[in-house]
Amino acid sequence: MFFELITCFLLLIGAIFSFIAALGIVRMPDLFTRMQAAAKTGTLGVGCTILAVATFFGDIGVATRAGLVILFLFLTSPIAAHMIARAGYISGVALWSGSVTDEMRDQYDPVTHHLSSEPRKKSDNDSQMLGM
Amino acid sequence: MRMFVANLFLALIWAMITEGFTIGQLGVGFVGSYFLLWFLRPLVGGSVYFLKMWQVVTFSIFFIKELIVANLRIAYHVITPSSFFKPAVLAVPLEEMSDLEATLLANVLTLTPGSFSVDLSSDRRVLYVHVMDADDPDAVRQQIKDQYEKPLLEVLR
Repeated sequence: MFFELITCFLLLIGAIFSFIAALGIVRMPDLFTRMQAAAKTGTLGVGCTILAVATFFGDIGVATRAGLVILFLFLTSPIAAHMIARAGYISGVALWSGSVTDEMRDQYDPVTHHLSSEPRKKSDNDSQMLGM
Repeated sequence: MRMFVANLFLALIWAMITEGFTIGQLGVGFVGSYFLLWFLRPLVGGSVYFLKMWQVVTFSIFFIKELIVANLRIAYHVITPSSFFKPAVLAVPLEEMSDLEATLLANVLTLTPGSFSVDLSSDRRVLYVHVMDADDPDAVRQQIKDQYEKPLLEVLR
């Protein structure tokens, strides 16, 4: 009975956060705020659902596999979000107009995609990009 | 590492001799044998292990708490009108660290409140972070360094 209650609770929390992730993708103003919503709430939503599976079966085999799934989820979903945001930034997706500062602007080399850590000087590559 | 294996081995023995091999018994065995080994420190040595284990546990609890706070804040941002936040992309200078440490730091930042790691500079000196509330960029940078970078490096080194 006690474990069933925990299972219900975790499933409910997981469903709510998955819903908020979906809502966030629709409602947020630009790519980066959308990725914030999707990466955080999506991870917790799926994590809670997997935990609910572990408590529902209460079996050591299922529990260890659920633990591994959650571990890999926490390791990989931020990396996926990072790759999407990076691809968006390189292909020139604009930040929301309400953004305060963008310290990454012009830091990518347009051809090699080398990201510099200090303010970058204009090089030949930039003019090539403008020429095309 | 040797102490960790010993600890795990004692936990397995505990789980086998008690009734029913369950995840709960394994956990009880692990905590019990941790304290047993701690009492036997003069005999078995390995005092670094006890400190590391403690740091790993406290950091994990801190991380889960931060994950839940992050989700509640994002939920608040999603539900309320979008004029309430001031996003920005900030450059956060990093200490010298290995690939694994940089990856884990970026992952932790993505899953904790208000920050989202976009990219690491090619020379690994600066992490570009998208933050939700950038009223005071320097305070945000300092908070990221104090709250996440320092404890994470303490756990990993």
